[in-house]
Amino acid sequence: MRYRSLLLKLLSAVIVFGAWEIAGRIPVSFAFPTFIESMAAFWTLLVDGTMFTAYAETLKPLVVGVLISAFLGIAIGLAIGLDLRFDWFVSPIFIVMQTAPLAALIPLLVMVYGIGLTSKVFVVCIMAMPVIVLNTAGAVRNTPASMIEMGRAFLGKKSDIILRIVLPSAAPIIFAGLRLGVSAGFIGAILSELKITPTGVGDIITYSRSIADYPSMYAAIMSIIVLAVLFLNVLERIEGYLFKGTRLGYVSE
Amino acid sequence: MSDKRGDSDHAVTVRNVYKNYGDVEALQDLSLDFPRGQLTSLLGPSGCGKTTLLKIIAGLLPATSGEVTVNDQPVTGPGPDRAFVFQDFALLPWANVLRNVAFGLELRGVSRSERESIAEKYIADVGLTGFENSYPHELSGGMRQRVGLARALSVDSQVLLMDEPFSAVDEQTRRKFQEDLLNLVKHENKTFIFVTHSIEEAVYVSDQVAILLPRPSRVSEVIRPEGFRHKDVNSIRRDPEYLDIVDRIWSSLRTYVE
Repeated sequence: MRYRSLLLKLLSAVIVFGAWEIAGRIPVSFAFPTFIESMAAFWTLLVDGTMFTAYAETLKPLVVGVLISAFLGIAIGLAIGLDLRFDWFVSPIFIVMQTAPLAALIPLLVMVYGIGLTSKVFVVCIMAMPVIVLNTAGAVRNTPASMIEMGRAFLGKKSDIILRIVLPSAAPIIFAGLRLGVSAGFIGAILSELKITPTGVGDIITYSRSIADYPSMYAAIMSIIVLAVLFLNVLERIEGYLFKGTRLGYVSE
Repeated sequence: MSDKRGDSDHAVTVRNVYKNYGDVEALQDLSLDFPRGQLTSLLGPSGCGKTTLLKIIAGLLPATSGEVTVNDQPVTGPGPDRAFVFQDFALLPWANVLRNVAFGLELRGVSRSERESIAEKYIADVGLTGFENSYPHELSGGMRQRVGLARALSVDSQVLLMDEPFSAVDEQTRRKFQEDLLNLVKHENKTFIFVTHSIEEAVYVSDQVAILLPRPSRVSEVIRPEGFRHKDVNSIRRDPEYLDIVDRIWSSLRTYVE
């Protein structure tokens, strides 16, 4: 079964990259390089170290933003899920955040926080946090009532009920929110580098486009996708390790 | 407090309890005594407030007025003198049988090695030896309720509150459970309060059956099926007194069943 799932994943990759290669060869547009050209450019960027210096820059707002979103997001979501008044008070902020056209708000952020790291972290957080908060809140609110009653009947303290019953029970949906939030955070990090100041991977994208080096541009875009997928897999491993019994069928390799 | 035993013959007393949900009167002036060391069933049609009463005794729900005492101590919340068995088992799906059974002790801060050795004993008592490392989703409904029962027994409370514990298990398992429960009442020195909507089940397992009538709930009758209690478990269902009581209860309840 494991072998077959790997085979199907490889097949899926071959079809996508094959289609890309063919589309590049037709070509669909002179600005659309083939898969092989892009991979060659990726290799060049990797070998001459450009990619590494770029990521050293891009990862800063990304890591800081994702960490803030994860910890603060889960904490706020927990509070919303446990307390109805907090829900009414705070939820609207995140619903607005989730639906706001972020690109249009970036100039405002830049005016307030400048063009430095702060603004970029904000962009990552605005992208990543709402889905983490709202998922956590929903999951916490849906903890089976009888499980909480059980905790109370067996004399659990409020903190024990939250840590040993509510959070583990909400964990699968919290992690689903984390996965969505982290993917959105990756988009936010690149968006901030394209819209605020071109640094890191955003710089490679902007610069290669300006000199019509499209293979490098697509290589940079590919690299961020690969990194995001790898990170999501790591996240799923962590979840599997922490909550062995709650894995309910979305296990992938 | 947990080791203090009241002097009276009643482990639990309910005095003039009212429970209102907004304008709806769920319980009206309900009084009932639960004799120590015996099993009392709360029997009635659905919506008669039997689970509400059980949760008030458990301290999970506050009564609007009136008093509930356990060993002569007024109930203000959940306490170590009562343990609860849930209708839907209320097991932690991410925890194995051992941790689920030990969970009540875990919440009380008992050390891991101590609570696990206690849990092992009760896992053996309910017949789940060998399943310590299984997860609830790997068990049948009947086995899950055995886990719930072992968890309630392992905290060693004097009063065991059971909320329709066998309603979610199949008929064969249910009969086995009822026999096991009779043994438990005989050998454990505990007071059992047992909610059920099955007349046969109530008469079969109880020392005392309290019949609750709905809207608003009050105790209409208390029946003590004593004649066949000492008999062999296999002949109870053929005992004339058993059949008479089942019939009598049904005729008083039938008008309330729509």
